[in-house]
Amino acid sequence: MSRPELLAPPEIFYNDDEARKYTSSSRIIDIQTQLSERALELLALPDDGVPRLLLDIGCGSGLSGETLTEHGHQWLGLDISESMLDIALEREVEGDLMLGDMGQGLGLRSGILDGAISISAVQWLCNADKSCHEPRIRLKAFFSSLYRCLGRGARAVLQIYPENLAQRELILGFAMRAGFSGGIVVDYPHSSKRRKEYLVLTCGPPSLSTTTPDGKGEDGESCSDEDSSEDEENQTVCISDRRRPRKRQKVNKKGKGRDWVLRKKEQMRKKGNAVPADSKYTAQLQHKELKLLLIDRSEKQKYSDKRRSSDCLKILAQFCET
Amino acid sequence: MRLLTHNMLSSNIKGVANGFPLKIEVVKVVEKEVDFNIDFLKNMFHKVEWKALAEASTTMGYAELPENVDAAMLDSDDFLHKFHHALLELHLEEGALVCPETGRKFPVNKGIPNMLLHEDEV
Repeated sequence: MSRPELLAPPEIFYNDDEARKYTSSSRIIDIQTQLSERALELLALPDDGVPRLLLDIGCGSGLSGETLTEHGHQWLGLDISESMLDIALEREVEGDLMLGDMGQGLGLRSGILDGAISISAVQWLCNADKSCHEPRIRLKAFFSSLYRCLGRGARAVLQIYPENLAQRELILGFAMRAGFSGGIVVDYPHSSKRRKEYLVLTCGPPSLSTTTPDGKGEDGESCSDEDSSEDEENQTVCISDRRRPRKRQKVNKKGKGRDWVLRKKEQMRKKGNAVPADSKYTAQLQHKELKLLLIDRSEKQKYSDKRRSSDCLKILAQFCET
Repeated sequence: MRLLTHNMLSSNIKGVANGFPLKIEVVKVVEKEVDFNIDFLKNMFHKVEWKALAEASTTMGYAELPENVDAAMLDSDDFLHKFHHALLELHLEEGALVCPETGRKFPVNKGIPNMLLHEDEV
């Protein structure tokens, strides 16, 4: 995984070239849209159709803001890169834009926001790009000002790419110290590629409504109910049978078998890959293989021998006639 | 930049006790049409600092907003449309925002306010 935050400060890294590249790549647009959809889902705004006032921290070219607009919300975007904001202007995004540095604290009135999202931005705060930058002070300024701007009970969902465990704890620690309750939601924890972390923060003390939601792809949650119960059984068996010799499963003529295929599919599903549904055709033997199995080789041999001998008799008979 | 955003922004300079509201210096104002949504207006009505909005809207050349308001006025269609126009359709395209305490100018170019602080202001 490439880490732009190790290369240069954001306002320099996202120059005109990089900003354009970022917004013309359909893959990045796709991922950004998915991330913002999920962030909005985790924001858990009341489902009453009233447009909310949201803040997009590190809005960039407004990819995440577009998702907010699609859901009918009004938003204000904050970014430090002028080039990215220029692209956002070109794309004619609906929300208002603002050039600013989240590490200097958000200069907004108290309690005005209904929620905040941020896609792949907050980990930049952990870098000291200038001599006056002190990550701890910047994180503190950011989270305390965010807490101030959000209305009571409002949520902030920050999707982050922490570099390591220490960084994750640093970010979460400052969020908690600012007064937020909540935690980290990890989607697809089994997959290194699709794994995504969201900091889900709620203004105010912990309560029933502030419990962090579950991540996707955990404990076969996103799969069907039947599968997860089976999965649990398999897991217990695995633990009790720990001493059995490995490589118990032999590869025979029939291939690895239906059970093996089903298990592999389950594993892939947990990683969050797209896997076709199971059916009676899953791991079905192909026609050729079936034939081979039905006709034993020795029998086949006999059959061809017989044919050969009958051919010989025919030829002999013809010979006699002539 | 819409007046909705202006109504949220406050000066974040170190040592400034009350950085709200920022004064507006107008060079160019544009109007863009936005869909009218009554729910959003009602949601925002209680959050908006009315005095700041009315003053800002007058500076931008739209002096139709009443000085004093109460929640009963939300039933009036005429009022809602004026509120909608001032809050969402007036854009400050070029100009500056001025901190009320220090007089520091935040330039607004192409509708984007530059709220970046200098090192000694953090």
